[in-house]
Amino acid sequence: MNNQYLREELIRQSGVNPKKCMKCGKCSATCPAYDEMEYHPHQFVSMVESGDIEPLLQSESLYKCLSCFACIERCPRGVEPAKLVEAVRLSAIRKQGENRMTANDVPALLDEDTPQQLLVSAFRKYSK
Amino acid sequence: MQRVGVFVCWCGSNIAGTVDVQAVSEALKSEPGVVFSANYQYMCSQAGQDMIKEAVKEHNLTGIVVCSCSPRMHEATFRKTAAAAGINPYMVEIANIREQCSWVHKDIATGTEKAIILGKAAIAKVNLNTPLTPGESPVTKRALVIGGGIAGIQTALDIADAGFPVDIVETKPTIGGKMAQLDKTFPTLDCAACILTPKMVDVAQNEKIRIFSYSEVSEIKGFVGNFDVTIKKNARYVKEDICTGCGACVEKCPMKKVPNEFNLGMDNRSAIYIPFAQAVPKVATIDPNACNMLKNGKCGLCARVCTAGAIDYTQKDEYINEKYGAIVVATGFNPISMDKFDEFAYNQSKDVITSLEFERLTNAAGPTAGHLERPSDGKSPKTIVFVQCVGSRCDACAEKGKEYCSKICCMYTAKHAMLTRDKYPDTEVYVFYIDVRTPGKNFDEFYRRAVEEYGVKYVKGMVGKVTPEGDKLKVQASDLIANKQLHIDADLVVLAAAIEPDKSARPLATMLTASMDTNDFFTEAHPKLRPVESPTAGVFLSGACQGPKDIPETVSQAGAAASKVIGLLAKDKLTGNPCVAHSNELMCNGCSSCEKVCAYGAITYENKEFRMPDRTTKIRRVAVVNPAVCQGCGACTVACPSGAMDLNGFASNQIMAEVDAICK
Repeated sequence: MNNQYLREELIRQSGVNPKKCMKCGKCSATCPAYDEMEYHPHQFVSMVESGDIEPLLQSESLYKCLSCFACIERCPRGVEPAKLVEAVRLSAIRKQGENRMTANDVPALLDEDTPQQLLVSAFRKYSK
Repeated sequence: MQRVGVFVCWCGSNIAGTVDVQAVSEALKSEPGVVFSANYQYMCSQAGQDMIKEAVKEHNLTGIVVCSCSPRMHEATFRKTAAAAGINPYMVEIANIREQCSWVHKDIATGTEKAIILGKAAIAKVNLNTPLTPGESPVTKRALVIGGGIAGIQTALDIADAGFPVDIVETKPTIGGKMAQLDKTFPTLDCAACILTPKMVDVAQNEKIRIFSYSEVSEIKGFVGNFDVTIKKNARYVKEDICTGCGACVEKCPMKKVPNEFNLGMDNRSAIYIPFAQAVPKVATIDPNACNMLKNGKCGLCARVCTAGAIDYTQKDEYINEKYGAIVVATGFNPISMDKFDEFAYNQSKDVITSLEFERLTNAAGPTAGHLERPSDGKSPKTIVFVQCVGSRCDACAEKGKEYCSKICCMYTAKHAMLTRDKYPDTEVYVFYIDVRTPGKNFDEFYRRAVEEYGVKYVKGMVGKVTPEGDKLKVQASDLIANKQLHIDADLVVLAAAIEPDKSARPLATMLTASMDTNDFFTEAHPKLRPVESPTAGVFLSGACQGPKDIPETVSQAGAAASKVIGLLAKDKLTGNPCVAHSNELMCNGCSSCEKVCAYGAITYENKEFRMPDRTTKIRRVAVVNPAVCQGCGACTVACPSGAMDLNGFASNQIMAEVDAICK
C-alpha cells in the first residue's frame, strides 16, 4: 500500500485534518499513557501528515493509547489526535484480518467497576 | 440629450495589452449621445487630462466617460479635471476596463468585447446623470475620547496640545487603565507607573481636558462634526470638586473586606476607596454594593471624618449632554476568563495565577509590596512555571479561547521570567512556549538575554495539566525537542492568558454604528492605509480596542488618531458626499422599511401636510434623509417597497440603463 494512499485513507476515516496542528505538543503533555508509548500523540499527527506511517503500524503504541480522549479535549486547534491513533490502529487490525472482540463478548465484561466508556472504546478498538 | 465625450486609456500595456483600445474608442463613437471619442496612453497624466479639457471646450461636452482603471483609483482625478474644464464633477463616469477587464482576461478579442460593453453601460448611465452639489456641515471643535488608559490619555494630550478641547470618559474611578497596573515595561524595564503617572498628571492639569471618571457613554446621536453625546456620570457619593483625596475616610471605613479590583482581588479594599496612590482624579468613591450606609443607613463614619464635607450619600447619577466633532474609541482590553481552562487548575489553586496577577504580585504598590510570595501561603516560590498561549491561537471551532495571537504575551513572559531570575537567582524558572514571537525593536535581544544571561529555561512544548497536590503544583508538560514528557513540582504557575476587547466595546460600536470583527475588535477603514479610522466618519480608533497591541504601538496609534482628529477639527466646514439617498415624499408611505435597514441612522420621519386632489389637505408620515449622515450605501433604495427611495448618482433608472446597455 502506497503511503500517500494510506495517508489519505487515514485522514478520510478519522476526519482529522493534521494540517491544523500548530505543533504545540499539548496532546503529548496531557497524555496519561505517554511513557508507555514509543510514538506519542503529537508524533502520530506529524508522521501521518508526512506519510511516514509504516513505523506507526508496527508500533505497540497503537495499543497503549487509552482512548481517554484527553488530547482531543485539550487540543487548542481541534486536531483530535486520538481519532488519528484510532484510524491507524484500525488499519493495522484490518490487515490482520481478525476480530478481537464481538458484541457477544461485552456482557461478560460488564461489572460495576468498569466504566462503560472503556467498554465502548475497547469495542470500537477491537471490533472492526 | 447629453453631449458625451469618451476617453479610452491604455494604461501603458496594462489595458492596451489585452484590449484593442482603438477598436473600443471607434465602437463607442456611435453610441447615443457620444460626440467625441479618443484613446490615449495615460489618461491620468497631465497630457491626458489636458486632452479631456480641450475636448470639453471644442465639442461642448456635458458628460464624460473615461474607460480606465477602477474608480477607486482615479475617479477623483477625473472629477477634478471636469471641474477645471467647467462641468459638474458628477457628470463623469468611469468604465473600469482594467481591474474588471484587461487584468482578468487573456484573450484580446474577449477583452475588447467586454471593454466595449462596459463603455456602453457607462455611456448609458452618464446620459441620465444630473449635476450634483455636495452639502456642507459645520464642525463642533471638541473631541470625545472614550477610555482613559494609555491610549486615551495620549490621544487626549495630543489633541489638547493642538488647542482643541477634549473630554475623556472613563468607567473606572481613575484614569490610567491597564498600564497603571503593570510593574515594569519591556524591553527597557522602565517602571510603568514612573512613565505613566506624569502623563496622568498632565491630563489632570491640562485646561483643555476634562475627565469624566466613573462615567460611561449612554447615548450617541448625530454624525461627523456634529455628534450629540449623553454621558452618564455614576454617583460616587463623593463631591468630586470638594474631595481633597486625603484618605481619612478610607482609613476609618469599617467595611474593609471588599475584594480590591485594582489588585485583581488578591487583597481587600474598603467600601470607600481610592484605587491607588497616584489616581487621577484623586477622589474617593463609595462602592454602593459594599457600603453599609447606602445599603441600610447604618454607619456614616466617612461623612463624620471628612473635614472637607465631601461625602454625599444622596448623590444621584447625573446625565451630561455635550456636542463633539470627533470621537476616539480607546476602550482597551482585558485578559480572558480562565474558567474554561480546567486543565490548568486556575480555579482550584490560588497559586495558579494569570500574568496580570503576577504583575501585581511583583509591583511595589501591590498586595505583597513587591515581594514575590505565593498567594496561598505567602512562601517564596522556588520553582515557577510560565505557560504561554493560554487561550490564544485556538481553533475557530474550539469552545474556548481566541483564534488570534495576543501579541504581548511572549514579551511580558520573558520580562517576568527575567525579572524573577534577577531578583531571586535561586528560583527555577520554566517557560513553555509554542513559538516565541518577538518582532519589535530590541525585543528578540531581550528574550535572548532572559535565556542566555538570566538562565530562564525555555521549553518548546505545552503544559497539559496542572494538579494541586499538597503544597505543590504537579505540572505535566511536553518537551518536544527532547521528545519527553516532563513532570515538574512547581510552587507557582503563571498563565499568559489571551486578551480580548473590553466588554463595553460592542454596545459602544452599536451606538456609534462603527463596525467590528467577529472577535469584537473595532475594524479600521483600511487595514494598511487607514489604520486609525473607523469606516464610520468621525470615529477614530486608538489602542487595543482595534487589536492586541503593546505600549509603544498603542502610543504611536494614539498619536496617529489624534492627528486625524486634529485634521478634522481644524476644518470649519465639512464637505459631504452628494451621492446620498433621498426620498420622493409623494411616493413614500411611511412604512419605516428604510429606517430599519439604515446602518447609519440617517433616516428619520416627519409628519408633512399634503394637498390632495380634492383641495383638502392631509398629514402624512414621510421619510427624510439626513444627507450629512447618509453614506450612500443604497440599502434603503432596495428595501423601499414603493420605490420612493433613490440614490443620487446611482439612481435606479441609471442602473437599469446600465443593465440594458450590457444586455443589448
